[in-house]
Amino acid sequence: MSDRATTEHAVLKSTDDASGVPSHGGRPVWPRPTIDEAPLTKAILVVLAVGFLALFIVLPLIAVFAEAFRRGLDHYLESFADPDTQAAIRLTLMVAAIAVPLNLVFGICAAWAIAKFDFHGKSLLITLIDLPFSVSPVVSGLVFVLLFGAQGLFGKWLAAHDLQIVFAVPGIVLATVFVTFPFVARELIPLMQEQGTSEEEAALTLGASGLRTFLTVTLPNVKWALLYGVLLCNARAMGEFGAVSVVSGHVRGLTNTMPLHVEILYNEYNFVAAFAVASILAGLALLTLMAKSVLEWRYGDALARTRLY
Amino acid sequence: MTPSPGPVYTDHVDTVAIRAEGLEKRFGGTPALTGVDLAVEAGELVALLGPSGSGKTTLLRIVAGLERPTAGHVYFGGEDATFVPVQARRVGFVFQSYALFRHLDVGENVAYGLRVRPRHLRPSRADIRRRVSDLLDLVQLSGLDRRFPSQLSGGQRQRVALARALAVDPKVLLLDEPFGALDAKVRRDLRRWLRDLHDRTGHTTLFVTHDQDEALELSDRVAILNQGRIEQIGTPDEVYDRPASGFVAGFIGEAVRLPVDVADGIVTIGPHTLRNHTSSLSGPAALYVRPRDLVPADPHGGVPTRVAGVRRAGPARRAELLLADGLPTIEIELPADLTVARGEILHVQFRTLRLFPA
Repeated sequence: MSDRATTEHAVLKSTDDASGVPSHGGRPVWPRPTIDEAPLTKAILVVLAVGFLALFIVLPLIAVFAEAFRRGLDHYLESFADPDTQAAIRLTLMVAAIAVPLNLVFGICAAWAIAKFDFHGKSLLITLIDLPFSVSPVVSGLVFVLLFGAQGLFGKWLAAHDLQIVFAVPGIVLATVFVTFPFVARELIPLMQEQGTSEEEAALTLGASGLRTFLTVTLPNVKWALLYGVLLCNARAMGEFGAVSVVSGHVRGLTNTMPLHVEILYNEYNFVAAFAVASILAGLALLTLMAKSVLEWRYGDALARTRLY
Repeated sequence: MTPSPGPVYTDHVDTVAIRAEGLEKRFGGTPALTGVDLAVEAGELVALLGPSGSGKTTLLRIVAGLERPTAGHVYFGGEDATFVPVQARRVGFVFQSYALFRHLDVGENVAYGLRVRPRHLRPSRADIRRRVSDLLDLVQLSGLDRRFPSQLSGGQRQRVALARALAVDPKVLLLDEPFGALDAKVRRDLRRWLRDLHDRTGHTTLFVTHDQDEALELSDRVAILNQGRIEQIGTPDEVYDRPASGFVAGFIGEAVRLPVDVADGIVTIGPHTLRNHTSSLSGPAALYVRPRDLVPADPHGGVPTRVAGVRRAGPARRAELLLADGLPTIEIELPADLTVARGEILHVQFRTLRLFPA
């Protein structure tokens, strides 16, 4: 703070000193605030950022849609007539429909426990929540194979009871739940910690039951973060490849999710179909971002209220 | 004292609103309260005063039912409320940071306690609206019912919190550092206003503060807490003029602690002997000196001190005096007609001697 004040002072006094402001042919240069960058630096930074974004994000995105529509709308739509593709879309939607609500509940529970209570092993729990983010998805998938596969820990028992988990829908759901677990919890924990417990306590002293307090105080205070977490969780649940790939077994029409199906189609040189399915995934991502932006724009005030004061 | 069931106190029902008996509270291994007894008469305004960590907020939260005591009992009007859940205690609690519901507007905040009641106890919508409007009038916030907490000033939030607590028609009002987060001017105004409000509504009120001016000005009685124990309970005059312990003497008023020696009733401070006072103590003791405890004296009756400095303290002038090297400086409030300069010798006499075992 005081550093900045002194620098600013120095700049105001003399413009061609060590602060790096050029003086053109002895003419005085108007002092500018030190928090502002030099125009050249600004330009370079903007070009770098925009260029990087264009090259690595916008271009591939355009490529996906360009490739999907290369042979026209008819071919594009035809790709979805394939029953295997339809099955993949259905499976993906179903997996997301199971995994997201589960992680919504888990996420709220975990965030609640971490933010509002003190207990032994709390820091361990916080670390564990991040595990799915830090571990490779392939490992996440393998874990379930090791647990529930034919040679796995529960393999014999499952076989005896005629239960199929790995290479079947339950395995895909488990892997997806595992991989997408952190999204909701991670959004909620910092917000809930910041908000503390006094509003809940106030509700209790006013006669509200625990459930009532949760529904009328806790939940409204985190609803935007919750929605955001659910959006991200859903996007990942539908797009997860690695972990699902390990446990799915790639049975066409049965255990193939959209991302897996894209790979199969691509490996068969069926580019239009592959990119058509990919375009749905990309579209979903864009929709998620749009929904997030709309939320932030439409409910900016309410959003700010849950954080400020 | 063995905790007894409610009926024993039936003779107090009319007058004692809150009674705490033998309250203990430990967090993990650390004791926060040890053997606290407290009785608050109906309609009384009592302050819990103490330094931070003295257990005053813990005591308040136990009375509210937000904490469970490790041992001891809490009675409301003679009934044992120790195991009554917070929802059923009918306490109005105002939190230090107000804890207003940030997603609800002022009107909805005040109405909350009425709206969460079970259907058969819930007032009609019109009644709730009327009650909210009355309460906002009472706290002088009429017309602000559509505002959100984030759009209010600190003092306004504080009054909304009070209105919300009063809405449920509480048996007792509990305030945790009610003016803690406000600036000095707003604090003074709100203090007077709260005293006013209390006199009008007559709620039994218990409030926590670390500010002795606040406690002394506002309350009927003050309970002074230190290290989880009540050191003294009394009227502001009693605790100010007759502190019951060295801690209270040092905590209340701007007292300076001087180490003294007592032998055969004669008190000596460093090289000086106090000729006009005797004490029943013996051995090393602590003398607590406030600026008004000292008066200038003639050289024969007084103790000589060296003036270490003179400064202005509000309407009065004060001199810092040194009794002997190595002792802390004490202060004297100078009469208007006396001028002293730094380095001069001033003889002083003690009006009273607040002497406690060291």
